[in-house]
Amino acid sequence: MFWELLRAHFIHTSLIAGVVVSAIAGLIGPIVVARRMGFAVHGIAELGLTGAAGGLLIGLDATTGALIGSVAVGAALGLLGLEGRERDSTTGVVLAAGLGLGVLFLSLYQGYATAGFGLLFGSVTTVSDAQLRVLLLVAGVVAAVLAVIWRPLWFASVDPDAAVARGVPTRVLAVIFAVLMGAVVAETIQVTGVLLILTLVITPAAAAQLMTARPGATIALSVAIAVTVTTGGILSSIAKPWPPTFFISTYSFLIYAATRLHRAAKAR
Amino acid sequence: MSNPAVDLHRASAGYEDRILWASLDLQISPGEFVAVLGANGTGKTTLLKVLLGLRRVSAGTVRVLGASPHRGDRRIGYVPQQRSFDPGLVLRGVDMVHLGLSGHRWGIGRRSLVDRARVERALDHLGATEYSGASIGSLSGGQQQRLRVAQALVSEPELLLADEPLLSLDPSSQKDVVGAIDSHRHSTGAAVVMVTHDINPIQSSVDRILYLAAGRWASGTPDQVLASDTLSELYGTQVDVVTVRDRVVIVGAPASTEHSSDFGHVHEIESHAVQQG
Repeated sequence: MFWELLRAHFIHTSLIAGVVVSAIAGLIGPIVVARRMGFAVHGIAELGLTGAAGGLLIGLDATTGALIGSVAVGAALGLLGLEGRERDSTTGVVLAAGLGLGVLFLSLYQGYATAGFGLLFGSVTTVSDAQLRVLLLVAGVVAAVLAVIWRPLWFASVDPDAAVARGVPTRVLAVIFAVLMGAVVAETIQVTGVLLILTLVITPAAAAQLMTARPGATIALSVAIAVTVTTGGILSSIAKPWPPTFFISTYSFLIYAATRLHRAAKAR
Repeated sequence: MSNPAVDLHRASAGYEDRILWASLDLQISPGEFVAVLGANGTGKTTLLKVLLGLRRVSAGTVRVLGASPHRGDRRIGYVPQQRSFDPGLVLRGVDMVHLGLSGHRWGIGRRSLVDRARVERALDHLGATEYSGASIGSLSGGQQQRLRVAQALVSEPELLLADEPLLSLDPSSQKDVVGAIDSHRHSTGAAVVMVTHDINPIQSSVDRILYLAAGRWASGTPDQVLASDTLSELYGTQVDVVTVRDRVVIVGAPASTEHSSDFGHVHEIESHAVQQG
């Protein structure tokens, strides 16, 4: 059964989608953590749900809807240029209001009842070829933009006072990064769903930075962990028909917990 | 090299309801070490921000290294006011110093051998090599501060602006950091502007002092400015400058003007500004 399924087209599609999406989620994770934007990621994801539900309602597919919703919210957050507590409270306010709208859209949507469940908890095994093409294209654009802005973005994220004085365009970079974050969140919703978004965006980065203080190694580890748990999660769900999201979030957490324990033991 | 490093002419800065300093005249030559003293809220950091091109003056003219101040001038090194790094931040000391050299450049950023050598030299110059491989958030305030100075000096700036770089350093570290800054300016001819609340650690290095107090200012050599009559006139109240065991102590100066609502006096003050040197 396992080996037969492994040859199935939909499993290939979901594995490719899983690898690509988790790689870019792992890539932006360390910057999200350095900029303390974990909550913003969650907020963007919930509005991605509103976008996806709205997309379903007007006959677009969920991926495109989520992309529009997340990128719009990311851009808005970036343009407002909020920091710290103010950013947290504004995110909370907008998130709650937007999610209310999402609930309405979902209840009005007359299609498959599982659509809502899939958006909330992930549905990587239902990714279509057309959706996969969108995922690949968006991931490629995100990676290309990141490659161009990487160093000044990192500077602005870890040492903002010095970066401003050195002429790094921190405001512009903040907006660009928020938009990229929106795109990555929309992609990740396909794999983990809205509610478990942080399992790929935060957990691998958090585990990686417990392992090393080298920026380059942290990013490599974060990507490696995200890709490993996603691939492992999808394969596990073939062997045992539980949701892949369950396996992904569990593996992700176990790696984090093991790293923490290892560090605590070493510190003693 | 005939251009002054800093040239302020009748420059003023402040907020809508409060003037920080007015009609400030200050010329700093290459190789000069100037300390900016004054209580909290007198506009010391604002002065650095003006020189960095991050803020405009409300009146007067400013020239920095022969040009109008502009953000990202690579000829300026800057030590920001201390804000300690998060313990969890993924950044080693060596990475932070590299950012001072190439953090503004686009791309992913492979480090060239030349850059690595310059960073090594800067770390060595500040005596920070030993802990430059550790996560920066795990270091003490003093160690972080040495790395900050290394970050500012690594690009070999012609003008170094430092905002309280000696804060949280023990006396012997203060001496090391001042020594590193001083030897940099002697070997490169860079000008130094250092904001500080304590003149004592830099007393033997400093050429001139700019003293800011509630909209007024005085500048001159340390002997001229740190004198009872100068400061008494500046503050408009009896201030005594005494030397106790080689340390300068200022007695009677209002501790802070941060909450001064007395901005109505400012224009009057302006015409009384003490100017020396």
